[in-house]
Amino acid sequence: MVYGTSSWAIGIFAFFVAFVLWMAFYFAKRTKTSKGFYAAGGTIHWAVNGIAFAGDYLSAASFLGICGMIAMFGYDGFLYSIGYLAGWIVALFVVAEPMKRMGKFTFTDALDSKFNSKGIQFSAALSTLVISVCYLIPQMVGAGSLITPLLGIPHYLGVVLVGTIVTLIVATAGMTSTTYVQFLKGGLLIIFSTTLTIALLSRGFSTAPDQGGKVPYHEFTSIGYSVGTDGAINLGDASYSLQGNWKDSPYYLKDDNPAKPKPKFVKLTKDGLDTVWLIDEDAGQLRETLFTTKTRDGATLYNGAPKSEGRFFQVGALSEIVMDGQKVDRTGPLDPVSFLTTIQGSTVVRFPSEKVVDGENQVTVYYPKATAGADLLRPGIKFKIGSSIEDNLNFISLMLALFCGTAALPHILIRYYTVPSPACARKSTIVAIAAIGFFYVLTLFMGLGAMTSGVLDLTDSNMSAPLLAKSFGVFLFAIISAIAFATVLGTVSGLIVAASGAVAHDLMDRFFNMKMTDSGKVIAGKFSAIAIGIVAMFLGIAYQKMNVSYLVGWAFAVAASANLPAIMMLLFWKKTTSRGIAASIIVGMVSALGIILLSPEMYKELYGLDPKLAPFPFDNPAIVSVPLSFLTLVVVSLATQAAHARKVIIRAERRPLTPPVVGIPLEPVLDHTAFESMTREELVQLVLQLKSELAALKTSPGEPVN
Amino acid sequence: MEHGPATDWGEDKASGYKQRLGMWMFASYCIVYAAFVVINSVNPKLMGKSVGNLNLAVTYGFALIVVALVLAVIYNALSTRAEERLNDAYTDDEEEVF
Repeated sequence: MVYGTSSWAIGIFAFFVAFVLWMAFYFAKRTKTSKGFYAAGGTIHWAVNGIAFAGDYLSAASFLGICGMIAMFGYDGFLYSIGYLAGWIVALFVVAEPMKRMGKFTFTDALDSKFNSKGIQFSAALSTLVISVCYLIPQMVGAGSLITPLLGIPHYLGVVLVGTIVTLIVATAGMTSTTYVQFLKGGLLIIFSTTLTIALLSRGFSTAPDQGGKVPYHEFTSIGYSVGTDGAINLGDASYSLQGNWKDSPYYLKDDNPAKPKPKFVKLTKDGLDTVWLIDEDAGQLRETLFTTKTRDGATLYNGAPKSEGRFFQVGALSEIVMDGQKVDRTGPLDPVSFLTTIQGSTVVRFPSEKVVDGENQVTVYYPKATAGADLLRPGIKFKIGSSIEDNLNFISLMLALFCGTAALPHILIRYYTVPSPACARKSTIVAIAAIGFFYVLTLFMGLGAMTSGVLDLTDSNMSAPLLAKSFGVFLFAIISAIAFATVLGTVSGLIVAASGAVAHDLMDRFFNMKMTDSGKVIAGKFSAIAIGIVAMFLGIAYQKMNVSYLVGWAFAVAASANLPAIMMLLFWKKTTSRGIAASIIVGMVSALGIILLSPEMYKELYGLDPKLAPFPFDNPAIVSVPLSFLTLVVVSLATQAAHARKVIIRAERRPLTPPVVGIPLEPVLDHTAFESMTREELVQLVLQLKSELAALKTSPGEPVN
Repeated sequence: MEHGPATDWGEDKASGYKQRLGMWMFASYCIVYAAFVVINSVNPKLMGKSVGNLNLAVTYGFALIVVALVLAVIYNALSTRAEERLNDAYTDDEEEVF
């Protein structure tokens, strides 16, 4: 589909970029310390941080991906919204305050706060990098894909443009500029998504949605047909011709499973142009379809012609509207509840797709399918749940990953260090839940609106929300497009800060123990950000031709499997040891990635093999990898109790008690959990040591003991 | 390098209370979320049943979002009250001692 460049979109985006770059350079003058670079000095107001959370979290996958998925599959897309939001409950009730209390700059700090363990430093930094890169690639590819149609520049240039802007934002003022970019983007996204939803409700439904009178809705045509006694097909329209036997054609799809018959198509020719029709045997009609053809030389034809000819039109409408028990052609303005009840009682024309191999051409046929609104507003179109145990477990596994992954994403966790206190961390999470929850409610309206407003581009569901905005005028389209770019900027900047923290702070400073001054740490952070930015640009260009949206799923699966068990057990199980944490992170990460690589989806998408050959029956690993990670932590921790206790005693011996320390509880001096696992002999040894130190203090002529 | 908090603040006497409260609320939400996932996977047709004007799927989905926010607000209110009560009392006691 050709969208045409919008000078409004370019102007608004340029203004936004100019503003955030000015802001980044403004804050750069104040960013002199590592605390300022990695944690914005810990001075961000909780309300600003809450909206910045929304800006950080609502990535292109959330905004464009979920709206597109709802537009294509209805309620099944909304399940992602529910899962993504529910994950914030874990963040609020379990993670927020302890993460702030224990950590300094990164997620690794918090995990390692009790231990000072090289194993934790390395494994947590590695998991941060893996998650960040998995998340970064689709964002960068998406940045190029967004810019190509809307600004009219090549994909690689779009990636380089976004990568350069983001690297500048991060490398100048680190977390401070990142926070305000995310705050602005989060705020704008919620304001204009609300505007778009209100405009949608005000317009209501029509059986021939014409985008406010701008684009006449394409009426799908049908051709009557009959089958002769010789088995040949007789067409009702003589201007079309058929070559060969229609039942021997590759378009007449063979049924793998008789219980699930495939749609049957026929290819006809008119005026030298190919057309593909759906055979509706019950009605004796051939129904018009849309189709794309990938030819051997790599070109793509849209309805048999190049894209520029505009033969591939936008679709999506209600074929029958039932409102308050009456059939109507147009509803007029609706309130949110009647918007949903009207869809529920009406019939929507969806466009599922089927693949056809026609000689050397790969053809994708999108055919009209009338679907009851009631079926669209309940699960079952995308997720074939309820049909087999594997499908059910796959679905449960996905919902588990969404629930557990959010609170363990490193670029989300580092946001807790930008506020002044644990109470502010808690409050900012509540603002985030309010903002993100409200946005996710809007996704259902925007997605269903795109599905029924005649705006869908079947070749790119991610454009559903911007194209819905375009049906209300070029200004709203420009704003939504600019926000889509800003969405990429906000999320990518957060990911680069998280990744640079893992490289410069966790690995260089802590793991390799490189001696650096505070300003040296800032420089290391900035150079890490530049290096990661360059890598992100390279990956964004390298993966241009691949569908990489599944990598976001990888990031969630690894976060849920590697990070969350470590965080939860550290907080709630006193026998957790450093080796247990490090082992669970590695096992969680490796098992999640391993299962994904052996999943049916990867066999089909990545390797081009039969998905039935995949050794693992699910696409989503969480249901196995999360319990496995927990189990690893428990087993390794129990096996390393003695070593852990010895380490704690050694640390205590190296840290003699001084007068100011004696007056406060022992907890900050010694890891109290270690006492529970110490043997009687070790405890006696420790008590004797404490006694002798206390005696020495009492007899010393120095400061009085409190 | 030190790896303690980026910002200093006083000891939080309410942290134990907040942790217990958080765990109870987390467990409550987990049950509601798990029930949603189980109904979806075991009996998806049940999700099509009407609950008032809308079906169970939409109503339950919106409820999960709204309940998350309501629990969050309650948690914050109770946590803030506990912080004021316990941390202020702690400060008063300290002043008496000295």
